[in-house]
Amino acid sequence: MNKPKKHIGESAAKYVFAICAAVAILAVCSITIYMIAKGTPAFKNVGVSELLFGTLWQPTAAEPSYGIVYIILSSVIGTGACILIGVPIALLTAVFLTEVANRKLASVVQPAIELLAAIPSVIYGLLGLMILNPAMYKLEKLIFAGSETHRFTGGSNMLSAILILAIMILPTVVNVSASSIRAVSKDLRAASLALGASKIQTIFKVTIPAAKSGIMTGVALGIGRALGEAMAINMVAGGAVNIPLPFNSVRFLTTQIVSEMGYAEGTHRQVLFTVGLVLYVFIMIINLMLQRIRKGREKNE
Amino acid sequence: MKRFIMKAVAVGMAVLMTAGIATGCGSATEEGKTEETTKLSGKISLAGSTSMEKLCEAMSESFMEAYPDVTVTTEYTGSSAGIESLTQGSIDIGNASRELKDGEKEKGVTENVVAIDGIAVITDKENATKDLTTEQLAAIYTGEISNWKELGGNDEAIVVIGREAGSGTRSAFEELLKIEDACQYAQELDSTGAVLAKVASTPGAIGYVSLDVVDDTVNAVSLNGVPALEESILAGKYLLSRPFVMATMGEVSEQNELVKTWFEFISSDEGKSIISDLGLILPQ
Repeated sequence: MNKPKKHIGESAAKYVFAICAAVAILAVCSITIYMIAKGTPAFKNVGVSELLFGTLWQPTAAEPSYGIVYIILSSVIGTGACILIGVPIALLTAVFLTEVANRKLASVVQPAIELLAAIPSVIYGLLGLMILNPAMYKLEKLIFAGSETHRFTGGSNMLSAILILAIMILPTVVNVSASSIRAVSKDLRAASLALGASKIQTIFKVTIPAAKSGIMTGVALGIGRALGEAMAINMVAGGAVNIPLPFNSVRFLTTQIVSEMGYAEGTHRQVLFTVGLVLYVFIMIINLMLQRIRKGREKNE
Repeated sequence: MKRFIMKAVAVGMAVLMTAGIATGCGSATEEGKTEETTKLSGKISLAGSTSMEKLCEAMSESFMEAYPDVTVTTEYTGSSAGIESLTQGSIDIGNASRELKDGEKEKGVTENVVAIDGIAVITDKENATKDLTTEQLAAIYTGEISNWKELGGNDEAIVVIGREAGSGTRSAFEELLKIEDACQYAQELDSTGAVLAKVASTPGAIGYVSLDVVDDTVNAVSLNGVPALEESILAGKYLLSRPFVMATMGEVSEQNELVKTWFEFISSDEGKSIISDLGLILPQ
């Protein structure tokens, strides 16, 4: 029965690994259960349609109203718009890094982009607060000069949040896209060039389509990052619950929780958990999409 | 056999470790702070104003640290409900964030002002408007006035900054101006510091903060000609202030030992420092 000592160490290590893995699974399960348990009572107390489709957010009024549709829309539109702005820039940057720039230039740009990813979101928020918001206010004054109905926000608006988010998702999308473009087989490029396509034609007609699933993964990760960002938006978006128009002060799902959890109580508090649940569901959808893209890619390979 | 033992040991260790992680937080015990002289034990019950939550929590926490055998419970039911419970005799102290009404005093309720909450209205340094009437202030916050020139100031849009729903400062401000839930905020920020910084850096901005945090990065506007100063609040002239009352049935001296000690604690140096740490003004 005496087995070599090594095996005992091996099996002990196996259990340690299993326990570590269990911690992660336990965390996911307990968070999911907790969010559902805490997030659903408000549906019963307020009413599903009133909560999800109500436009009025007055949680502390004598007759409170808990409509979060503007908050959901702000998050969805804000994320969508930052993807529209951020992804083309990120994709072209990735192309530049992999296809256009010489090695020396790429070795400068690549670390710079990685550095961008390492900057904490509060720094983005701070810069937005000090630089973007005042500039936005000047723009706002120009556009709405003499307007009687516009509520001046001092530059803290949807547009500021979108611009900050667009910059924040850049590194994620650039890095993932660049590595998938690099993974495209040299033969494909060579074949395209041999058929007489120019370099630019090759990039847009051959390389990018071939790297499509990798780029989509980058975009999905970018959406996840934008949707989950709270700190930077909290600092630049103004924080009043409004229709998500570019020059309106808005509140996102994340900032809604951040800014009101401190003093909320009763139904107000429950609704904040529901906001968390909505955010959680959105993030889950994005992640499932991501896994599907990844599976599709594995199949293709 | 040896392998089995090792396996069991490994699993046991891992379980212990996980349990250690689970219990590791929140078990920091603080000992050696019990005072010999405090034999007081029992229960003090408070109920009333939601705005006084921070004050009550801070006060009862320190109080229970000094008198470990005493339990202080507070319910936040609203000022009127708190006084109502007091007159019915179900609690010891009724909290109200307003002056007592004559009807309440007639029932024998005594008004003990423990602190005063003051709110300053602030504008950016460049703003020429230094005085507002309460009507003008209400009109600004409800969106009827949207440019400083309508108030005789510069031609500059008014950026209306306030606090998030649930903030005590916000509810006090709106309540005192009687514009509850009628405010049209351009920005809702979640801390006093953020309001202060935003107002200081935004031309044409107006905001409200606790009186004690006002510094020279902003202008504190005077209301109806009364400057936003502690003196004017203590003199009862400044509108944006309200007393925090801990009402008792009859005078404090007629109360039981526990309640008397509670009020002694509030007026002690420690109690006073809790009140001023919360940005409240001590009554004179």
